[in-house]
Amino acid sequence: MKEKLVVIGNGMAGMRTVEELLKLGGDLYDITVFGAEPHGNYNRILLSPVLSGEMPFDDTLLNRPEWYAEHGITLHAGSKVTKIDRVRRQVVAADGLTVPYDRLLIATGSRPFILPVPGHDLPGVVGFRDIADVEVMLDAAQNHRHAVVIGGGLLGLEAAVGLVKRGMVVRVVHLADTLMERQLDSAAGQMLQRELESRGVEFLMGAKTREIIGRQRVQGVLFEDGREVSADLVVMAAGIRPDFELAKAAGIHCERGIVVNDTLQTYDPRIYAVGECAQHRGQTYGLVAPLFEQAKVCANHLAKFGISRYVGSVTSTKLKVSGVDVFSAGDFLGGPESEQIVYRDPGAGIYKKVVLKDNRIQGAVLYGNTLDGAWYFQLMREGTDVAAFRDSLMFGQAHLGDAGHGQHSPVALMADSAEVCGCNGVTKGTIVNLIRSKGLFTLDEVRAHTKASASCGGCTGLVEQILASVVGSDAAPADQQKPLCPCTEHSHDAAREAIRTQHLTSIEQTMRTLEWRTPDGCPTCRPALNYYLISTWPTEARDDDRSRFVNERLHANIQKDRSYTVVPRIWGGVTTPEELRAIADAAEKYAVPMVKITGGQRIDLVGVQKEQLPAMWADLNAAGLVSGHAYGKALRTVKTCIGSQFCRFGTQDSVQMGVDLEKFSWGSWTPHKFKMAVSGCPRNCAEATIKDFGVVAVDSGWELHVGGNGGVKVRVTDLLCRVKTAEEVLEYCGAFMQIYREQARYLERTAPWIERVGLDYVKKQMVDDAASRAVLYQRFVESQRIAQNDPWAEHTTDARRGEFEPMIKIDVGRVSAA
Amino acid sequence: MSDWISIGKLEDIPRQGARVVQTAAGEIAVFRAASDAVFALANRCPHKGGPLAEGIVFDHHVACPLHNWKISLESGEAVAPDKGCARRYTVRVEDGIVHLNVNS
Repeated sequence: MKEKLVVIGNGMAGMRTVEELLKLGGDLYDITVFGAEPHGNYNRILLSPVLSGEMPFDDTLLNRPEWYAEHGITLHAGSKVTKIDRVRRQVVAADGLTVPYDRLLIATGSRPFILPVPGHDLPGVVGFRDIADVEVMLDAAQNHRHAVVIGGGLLGLEAAVGLVKRGMVVRVVHLADTLMERQLDSAAGQMLQRELESRGVEFLMGAKTREIIGRQRVQGVLFEDGREVSADLVVMAAGIRPDFELAKAAGIHCERGIVVNDTLQTYDPRIYAVGECAQHRGQTYGLVAPLFEQAKVCANHLAKFGISRYVGSVTSTKLKVSGVDVFSAGDFLGGPESEQIVYRDPGAGIYKKVVLKDNRIQGAVLYGNTLDGAWYFQLMREGTDVAAFRDSLMFGQAHLGDAGHGQHSPVALMADSAEVCGCNGVTKGTIVNLIRSKGLFTLDEVRAHTKASASCGGCTGLVEQILASVVGSDAAPADQQKPLCPCTEHSHDAAREAIRTQHLTSIEQTMRTLEWRTPDGCPTCRPALNYYLISTWPTEARDDDRSRFVNERLHANIQKDRSYTVVPRIWGGVTTPEELRAIADAAEKYAVPMVKITGGQRIDLVGVQKEQLPAMWADLNAAGLVSGHAYGKALRTVKTCIGSQFCRFGTQDSVQMGVDLEKFSWGSWTPHKFKMAVSGCPRNCAEATIKDFGVVAVDSGWELHVGGNGGVKVRVTDLLCRVKTAEEVLEYCGAFMQIYREQARYLERTAPWIERVGLDYVKKQMVDDAASRAVLYQRFVESQRIAQNDPWAEHTTDARRGEFEPMIKIDVGRVSAA
Repeated sequence: MSDWISIGKLEDIPRQGARVVQTAAGEIAVFRAASDAVFALANRCPHKGGPLAEGIVFDHHVACPLHNWKISLESGEAVAPDKGCARRYTVRVEDGIVHLNVNS
């Protein structure tokens, strides 16, 4: 026989506790839930957007009646419990229904505080607590004109903005001189007031209500100072009071709420209390995050684990008025012992204040730009010493963590342990993992799987940024599933996966296995498959030159007049008089129309005829020059500055590093072209921060940057990490090229690839995990063993030279004009 | 049949590839599809004159290496939406030897 658990209160705290309990041990109890409201469980926090018309009520439903049935929970909706009989261990509802319990959970929440002034019970006076209140307000908005909101706190302002949107003339009456004085300092409060005034809300500050006037219905409000305003609707938003009448009547110890211990038990250990009705260590809470933390602990105890304790919550606040960004946390006023750093830009409507004590954040107020709220909140909760970055603290998280080269979105910099959704206690790490493991692509999916941003919605923007940083801005679901080309239904990723898992080693075999629709593919899929095959099985798959674009097949760049360009490798941008002489000789011997210096510190012989290529290559080979792969999806150049050998600012030998990197990394094919640069000091003359792999020397070693490119869409690199030795630079370079080779899609440069998968994803595999880095490096070296053959030398043999000649020359025939 | 000229062995043309025949009036590209079917077109793309012989051959089509126009090897016509036609020549294989009619 299962024990009986009765829950009084079908609200967010009670149901969250039940959900947590079901997660831990679904079969422990027969559960009965009483709810005074005639609905399933809905998200009370979202009443503001329901009021303003931004969300239909249906969208706020958390658990529909079917959910209760599915989990074997008996729901009595619209049934108010009137008595707890602790002796008989049963609860009695208004309709006489009596249900026995072994354990009882009280989650009766709170009631709006209704000022006890004359007229407070007139029709047209409401709180802002449940959907019934919202219905009264919507009805008033349809049939009446004037609304007065008493209370300029969070709830009152949300109500006021909602009613303005519904077309009412709204006055907010507030006792204090600034709005939200429990969350904001006066500077932020005044900015907020001005913003809301511009949206049509009127304010009566320092006004104390004396009486609500009216006969059949409210007609106006009279104040102590004699002022009077007309009103067809009065919303009482002067605070909430924990609802503990029921518990008190049952003899359970109550003060300002139902007093509970660290396992959320009341003085009667069979009876628990969670949420706004509970008082824990002298504190009552009216925000959702603490309720959820309590629910977790309470469920843990109900499930008889008893290993979890609730020690109170540090809370932060966000105002849920769309377009108004307000954040506050902790002690935001500060005192004589604390310091304040203030950033104020009235023109841009931005105000930030952080209160510090001993270089630790005590509290923060943000207005206008709340992006860094989560970051400050985390630093505050973890008691982080901010001395090291105190001078840039106010500019936010985006300004930390690199030498000024990287361009991070703030979410990319957030630690995995950082809490994104304060309501549901969801960290960035959890969100990122689920996005990856479940292949989530939309905000709704992330909400469904993680619950992040599913409660108050205050972190929606942040969750969207995380989603974008993980899956990339262009990785819509359609794109992800998109077939490689019309020859197949398989995507790039699916084709490569099949090649790897089914050990496919040729194009024909791949097309047969994956049921290609065309006999031998097309110019889109064949080069892609060829790349996936040779990069996955470097020792087994044959490089199919029939599936190569002409440049990679002929190892030269085709030009519009059918001529080709020849670019020898100039290792690290350093050459010699002998090499230059050989290049000059070749240019003269083959009458090259143009000799040009490239952007990558090399020399381009432009306008060479196809038939001339093998002989020219042979001459260049003889002088020790080899192919520069200027035509290939492979390592192009390693650009360098002069470095410490000669430069008076140089901190490291960037030239030697460039030469070493180029000698190490040339050869293997990559998904797209791959460029590097090495700068000898942070002045970065080699422009390393717009390369696929950029190295910037600093006094203590080397900064490694990845994912940059020039071109159509310039992208500055992300800082991957810093290393000390030259050997490490080579190891990280090899590992990075290998991840890129194995994981990026064909024709995807490192820049869009990193934007798609996220820098953290790369870092995890090759910075955080030394073993994984070593394995990647080894695989790169193995591929290099096969790939590092000069293609020019291979094509200058007599056997291959024939391919560059016409099949036959005949002196007859006519070709009509094209 | 004096117009027919033996241009070489079929095996001298790579499968899914082409070789060029130089004539007094210009180049002719002789293609060999994966199926071993042989085709000949003027080695000029109707778009910007790209050398079709250097393109990727797929089924009975070739993609021009300059701007990726797809040309039918059977008709010389560009695949829609592109419009244009490369001159077609008749070609046949006998006993592994390729014969081209340069005046066809």
